[in-house]
Amino acid sequence: MRSICFYFQVHQPVRLRRYRFFEIGKNHQYYDDHANRTIMQKVAAKGYLPTNQMLLDLIREYGQQFKVSFSVTGTALVQMEKYSPQTLESFQKLAATGCVEFLGETYAHSLCSLRSKDEFVNQVGLHREKIREHFGQDPTVFRNTELIYSDDISEMVEEMGFKAQLTEGAKQILGWKSPNYLYCSARRPKLKLLLKNYRLSDDIAFRFSNRDWPDWPLTSEKFVGWLNQLPPEEEIVNLFMDYETFGEHQWAETGIFDFMRHLPKALFSNSTYKFLTPSEAVDSFNPVGPIHVPFPISWADEERDLTAWLGNDLQDDAFDSLYRLETLIRNTGDKNLLKDWEYLQTSDHFYYMCTKFFSDGDVHKYFNPYDTPYEAFINYMNVLSDFTLRLEKTVSLPLEIKVQPKKAVVKKKSVKTVKSKTINGAEPVVRKK
Amino acid sequence: MKVLMFGWEFPPHISGGLGTACYGLSKGLLYNGVEVLFVVPRMYGDEDGESIRLIDASDVLLDVNEVKYHEVWRKLTVIGVHSILVPYMSPEEFRRASTFASLEKTDIENSVFKTKFQFSGKYGHDLFKEVARYAVVAAKIAASNEFDVIHAHDWLTYPAAIAAREVSGKPFIAHVHATEFDRSGEHVNQDIYDMERQGMQAADKIIAVSRLTRNIIITRYGIHPDKVKVVHNAVMPMTQQHKRPERYFPEKLVTFLGRVTFQKGPDYFVEAAYKVLKKDKNVRFVMAGTGDMLPKIIRRVAQLRIGSRFHFSGFLNAREVDHVFGLSDVYVMPSVSEPFGISPLEAIRSNVPVIISKQSGVAEILRHALTVDFWDVDDIADKIYGLLHYQGISKMFIHHGKDEVENLKWDDAAWKVKNVYEEVVQRKNSIAFQS
Repeated sequence: MRSICFYFQVHQPVRLRRYRFFEIGKNHQYYDDHANRTIMQKVAAKGYLPTNQMLLDLIREYGQQFKVSFSVTGTALVQMEKYSPQTLESFQKLAATGCVEFLGETYAHSLCSLRSKDEFVNQVGLHREKIREHFGQDPTVFRNTELIYSDDISEMVEEMGFKAQLTEGAKQILGWKSPNYLYCSARRPKLKLLLKNYRLSDDIAFRFSNRDWPDWPLTSEKFVGWLNQLPPEEEIVNLFMDYETFGEHQWAETGIFDFMRHLPKALFSNSTYKFLTPSEAVDSFNPVGPIHVPFPISWADEERDLTAWLGNDLQDDAFDSLYRLETLIRNTGDKNLLKDWEYLQTSDHFYYMCTKFFSDGDVHKYFNPYDTPYEAFINYMNVLSDFTLRLEKTVSLPLEIKVQPKKAVVKKKSVKTVKSKTINGAEPVVRKK
Repeated sequence: MKVLMFGWEFPPHISGGLGTACYGLSKGLLYNGVEVLFVVPRMYGDEDGESIRLIDASDVLLDVNEVKYHEVWRKLTVIGVHSILVPYMSPEEFRRASTFASLEKTDIENSVFKTKFQFSGKYGHDLFKEVARYAVVAAKIAASNEFDVIHAHDWLTYPAAIAAREVSGKPFIAHVHATEFDRSGEHVNQDIYDMERQGMQAADKIIAVSRLTRNIIITRYGIHPDKVKVVHNAVMPMTQQHKRPERYFPEKLVTFLGRVTFQKGPDYFVEAAYKVLKKDKNVRFVMAGTGDMLPKIIRRVAQLRIGSRFHFSGFLNAREVDHVFGLSDVYVMPSVSEPFGISPLEAIRSNVPVIISKQSGVAEILRHALTVDFWDVDDIADKIYGLLHYQGISKMFIHHGKDEVENLKWDDAAWKVKNVYEEVVQRKNSIAFQS
């Protein structure tokens, strides 16, 4: 049985407005509500709504034969609730068909898996709640932000109870191996791995409308032909891509909707492939071997590493300054602060600070509201400075008043008891603080 | 006495030290009974009009509320010449900026890289051609007006002044606010240097804004010392005392304000900030301004991991400058080369103690300021820390510095300038009489 597995990433960051130095300490509204609303509504109209409708039609037409999966970030869901409720409804309709699986990820599309286990567990939990609330599903398969994966991350994901994780079929980890099988984590073999077939995925997501591409135009039949050319023993082709591929990165005029609409028909009539969701795929196949990933990989850029978000000084300074606040965050119960803390972690903020202009500059430019990475950095740090001030204020006040007098009393007592015991000739007691 | 002045930036569009100096000096000259015919390149307001426009004095002029000037302000005529010349611009920047302007719809309004130069319309991209065109217009103005002396500020206007002198036969005074060596260090642009030198040689007298600048004029441009006179700049009194704006963060603030270019030494400010922050986390730093070194500075700040304490505000207008001074505890001017430097005076006027580079003209006249070598970042850090923590010295500076600055009046500087006018006019007349 050969199968293909579609997974679409739905994500919108909560974008920051231009926040000036003069506002630090004074103004605590960080978000560009106007841009966030317009972009959500534009992407909904051009992409989410028509694509959801198309998928719904296909599911109705082919019944249980046509299946896809989504990962929707918390920040995208919050903005749908606010700016485009009908988009949310259309996802809920898809969820109700039983042919659509929702995956788990971090709530804020954050990079916390690279820095803090506590925060990672926290965000995955928040996201799980949100998915349960809107779609009535309990995610069993995990996809990390930007498909970031490493041996360390696999440990945490397995401990959280997921049975599989999606990641990139990156050359540097696969070597001669094919991505078209089920694998498992080297350190936690219980955690299965689904690897993106980046060539076939990117044929749809990136190259589809490129007229300089020798294979342009790409038709459903041609695509099925390529699938048929794969070695017959290979089991699963994972097609992972941004959901904004449909209508936004590839406009409707390119024919992307027609391609997708005709793909099931072409597939069923000319091949033996079936559609599976990630959790069905995990249950249907046995892993052919473990994959070692000592250094984190992702699905971004030519390098398939983390350098789109971390590694230059701007990014590292911002990232360190943000996660330095984690201990303070654990001591606050302030809802607004927690919300900002989540939104500030979104990977996009760090992506905007990327200085890799030359190799993948085009893609970076496309998604970037700032003219230069420097401006992205300045703006983010201004916001973060204000956020830090607020956080320090709320956390330091109650701690000082409550804790200190108590401690003083306890100390005195313990000193006395120790003394008296040694005086009496009893064994000296070593006390733990 | 009537002067034909080729100046820069008349209110309400003042953006830099040169504009401020021209404005202050003109006011002072009027106060000293000199009539001023002020010619200024303007890219605002008259975009589609003729190339020369007489600007209604009441339109742009002095604060009418200032009684002292009420009597004299009608002795001033402002002529706006439609041109996109702006001070402090290299030929490369000019080409870039004017090319940029011809691209439709740019979104730089909201950027920290926003500069004060916002071109509009269609212009040539050659700075030297624009300077030459300006000189042609200047000759036209000189032919149709009466005056006794010509006064030009910095090299972009020297060709205009020379042309005006050719036409009128009146003496010409070159006022040097900055030289190419200040702007570019040892890597001077030869064309600009040549134009500066031609202007200085052609001038009947040269006014330098400091002894430092006078030395450069003598040693680097080969001008005879007798020809160069020093008139230090002054500062305009605050028209109203601003209330100190409320500060919304608990940390103290140390400020750098100026173009982020080699000349101003922004990199030394960053290194000093790093040293201070190692000792004391309760300080913030802000760099206000923009320039070609800004990306490099931002990278360095991030590399030192002090981005959460070191901020960038972008270019500030006059109101925002007052605001940032109002928030500041220390102002630092670590210029590598600063012919004068008006902004420390403005800082002191706003009750901010200052640390200034020894390599600046303003250091010659300020006693209540800490001076440093621009390269000595340990010393700068030391002094920042001292001013932040030892009330004694900062209080004394605020107190005495203010008195000191208030005594630096444009009326006095203008009186010295007026003496120079009288000297050259007299000499010209006596030569004419002899022959």
